[in-house]
Amino acid sequence: MSAPRFLLTRLLARTVVGSILLFLAFPIAVVFVVSFSSANYLTFPPPAFGLKWYVAYFGNADWLGPTWLSIFVAASVVLLSTTLGTLAAIGIPRLPGPLRVVASGLILSPLIVPVILVAIGIYYTFSRYGLIGTPIAIVLAHTCLAVPFVMTSVSASLAGIDSRLEQAALSLGATPVSTFWQVTVPLIRPGVLVGALFAFITSFDEVVVSLFLSGSGAITLPRRMWDDLQFQIDPTIAAVSTLMVVLTALLLASAHLLRKRTERLRTM
Amino acid sequence: MSVPTTILPSRLVRGSREWGAWKRALPKLTPLLLAAPLLAYMVVFYAVPVVLMLLRSLNDPNWSLDHYVGLPGDTVFLRTFWITLSTSFVVTLSTLVLGYPVALALSRARSSAPLILILILLPLWTSVLVRSYAWMVLLGRHGLINEALLALGLLERPTRLLNTTLATEIAMTHILLPYMILPIANALRQVDPSLARAAAGLGATPWGIFRQVILPQSMPGVAAGVLLVFVLALGSYITPALVGDSREITLSMLIAQQVDQLNWAYAASLSAVLLATALGLIAVAQRLPGVGNAFRMNLR
Amino acid sequence: MSEPRGILDSPEEKSRGRGASVSLSDLEKSYAGVAAVAGVSLDIRSGEFLTLLGPSGSGKTTTLMMIAGFQAPTSGDITIDGASVVATPPYRRNIGMVFQNYALFPHLTVAENIGFPLKQRGVSKQERTRLVGEALELVHLPGYGGRYPDQLSGGQQQRVALARAIVFKPRLLLMDEPLGALDKQLRENLQLEMRRLHAELSITFILVTHDQDEALTMSDRIAVMNDGSVAQVGRPEDLYDRPCNRFVAGFIGESNFLPAAVRGVESDVVVAECDGVLMRAVSSVRPASGTKVTLATRPERLRFADRPVESGLGVNRMSVTVSEAVFAGERCRYLLKTEGGTSMVLKEASSAAVRRRAVGERVEIAWSVADTIVV
Repeated sequence: MSAPRFLLTRLLARTVVGSILLFLAFPIAVVFVVSFSSANYLTFPPPAFGLKWYVAYFGNADWLGPTWLSIFVAASVVLLSTTLGTLAAIGIPRLPGPLRVVASGLILSPLIVPVILVAIGIYYTFSRYGLIGTPIAIVLAHTCLAVPFVMTSVSASLAGIDSRLEQAALSLGATPVSTFWQVTVPLIRPGVLVGALFAFITSFDEVVVSLFLSGSGAITLPRRMWDDLQFQIDPTIAAVSTLMVVLTALLLASAHLLRKRTERLRTM
Repeated sequence: MSVPTTILPSRLVRGSREWGAWKRALPKLTPLLLAAPLLAYMVVFYAVPVVLMLLRSLNDPNWSLDHYVGLPGDTVFLRTFWITLSTSFVVTLSTLVLGYPVALALSRARSSAPLILILILLPLWTSVLVRSYAWMVLLGRHGLINEALLALGLLERPTRLLNTTLATEIAMTHILLPYMILPIANALRQVDPSLARAAAGLGATPWGIFRQVILPQSMPGVAAGVLLVFVLALGSYITPALVGDSREITLSMLIAQQVDQLNWAYAASLSAVLLATALGLIAVAQRLPGVGNAFRMNLR
Repeated sequence: MSEPRGILDSPEEKSRGRGASVSLSDLEKSYAGVAAVAGVSLDIRSGEFLTLLGPSGSGKTTTLMMIAGFQAPTSGDITIDGASVVATPPYRRNIGMVFQNYALFPHLTVAENIGFPLKQRGVSKQERTRLVGEALELVHLPGYGGRYPDQLSGGQQQRVALARAIVFKPRLLLMDEPLGALDKQLRENLQLEMRRLHAELSITFILVTHDQDEALTMSDRIAVMNDGSVAQVGRPEDLYDRPCNRFVAGFIGESNFLPAAVRGVESDVVVAECDGVLMRAVSSVRPASGTKVTLATRPERLRFADRPVESGLGVNRMSVTVSEAVFAGERCRYLLKTEGGTSMVLKEASSAAVRRRAVGERVEIAWSVADTIVV
């Protein structure tokens, strides 16, 4: 192939990939811009910029209440799913074959079972016990959705541990229990934290389950946004969305740094 | 203790302890004890609720298959099911077309790889609500796209883009695109670069190398991405509800409506169909060689 | 036990013999009916440096893992100082171990790594600091305590692994291919250093390696393993000069193998005929006349014998043709063909004063009867 034609092909390829990436990023960027709009209605590009909609968000208990509830729910989900998920991630690979397949299938299935099924299934059962509209119900349900992420993250870091490290600890006089606490746990800690971060994001962003379980007493932030979107699409949502994206980005960045650390531990 | 302790300082030697039978049995039970809390949790708060709900399709008011027998002649169901399947199909196809080049670029990029990855991961982990909202802003009657088309003189008055099936398809393509890119990029990364070099050394053109070396080896990743996107699209609810045509609803939306109207038996039978479709597709895909591996993709 | 003691022994401690004696009897390990170790019996003396040498799959690592306690023998017994340890879990065996790739804890500093076994034994913090410092001195890494393993070179990591394995004064040190990941130069330095450590600590060392040079340089005795059992045990020079079978002769160093038929036995020397030439060879057995045997000689012990003066009863001679000549720096390597078609290798120290042989040249070669072994 001649050089100019080769360069042309490369340029074309870059343009194509660049446009697709733009397609991915652009909508979110638009939300960013809209959130700083000074207009009272949704228009793009905004006539002028300001923090009006952030002020509207932070000054409104109807927004702040759900935000705190979402943070509380997500934090509880993190505690529950990380504890249960980490223990299970350690235990499951050592279970006998058929039981291991069934157990990991059950725990990972929320990744592929349509969320609406989980939502109405839990709604159906919980409504009998008067749990609808309580934060507990949402925490219990979100934990089911978050557990697969904790499992995959912790399992990956466990699988990366060189079994000779554990043998070395034993040969140096550490009992199996102290080997676990002094060697295994420090080595999987970054993986556990990454799992916890993803559990947080999963719960914090979740809508469908909240639609059914929030009732009127436990309105989460996404539920509040959903309600708003049914009637109007004023730029307050853009401000909320921007804050959510920023939070997600921060959490992802922490996860990335933690994963770097895991890799450092693993290459040894 | 078998090693005589006379020479070693006594504090360096641990006292001997009895290794009781229970201590021998404990290591065998430990895995089960560790996994049991989560397994119990998932059974009580996930499996049993979903199964009880699904059972309503069989035992309401008494045990029968009536709720399923009616489905093939149920025009509302058929129409919804068809819309769900066709939307999923369109979305899968468009994510594949858009996702493959990006996956290829990601697998080959060096310095720009982190940037590309951020551009893929940030949308992936951004709330579906936020992303759907973004498309409402873009596609609205006074949204960016309408304004742009008007400014370019391509339209005389704003056209309806929001609340159409096309809007659903565009927004869902955007939302599910990362799920297509990541497994394909994963598969492409495992292609041995020396194979491509060897092929080039044997005189293959770049297109020839792609078609004969790279494409075949990325197929497990493609299959995994297609499966993942299709299954996720099947269950989509939020996006079609916000940006889609309110007359052309998906199966998930129909289920939610029926639950709202307390038609539990009908909702349960629809849920069973949705679940069976998803599981059936996965069962078929798992039989394809290599897909099982590629499916263990990195959602992070 | 009031006065603080170090890793090295006082003279009086040394005289008592700190090394453990290890005895393996009929040790077997099989996986799903396939024997990885098939009946190994071996007595390792107190303070000895013994190497288990063999190709991969010979069962040497499995044997070591059974001594360490990570694998349970299918049958047989392991005793340390006369007491069976088969039922003792690894963390109660008090055996130091250096792993392949070192297995240093990546989340702990060098000092914490070395202090790890002391911490398990409840040694006070102050005492730990002192012993760790001493151990670092011993492996020539003073001042490295605060670093993390990934900040060290391969050779330094190896020394830390060694320090960690000896700091708690085990009486037995096991090493699994400890130098395998290092380059040649570093490997040779560390070989010497490990010999020095062995002499200073006077504890029993058991080394597993597939590298014959490593085994020959470091060990007091070598046990050559093949197919799950011990082919021969002995001092390095015994194994080299008197291999008891063809496997050992071929695995340790290079050997020429000549097929021959026994013609008679003269006191301790076997007379055998090879390609019509009578040869003499030393043998531990006395084969009957007519028995087919293989004679083994080392390539560097053959020499060109242009002048017939060298004949005599102590020397074997043969006419051969040079079929290949390779100059390899410190020595020349010749591939020779006997009249019967057997290939032989001759290595000659290179010297500008010595005439190089040409391919196709017919030459006489000679070697000492003492260097000819019936295997």
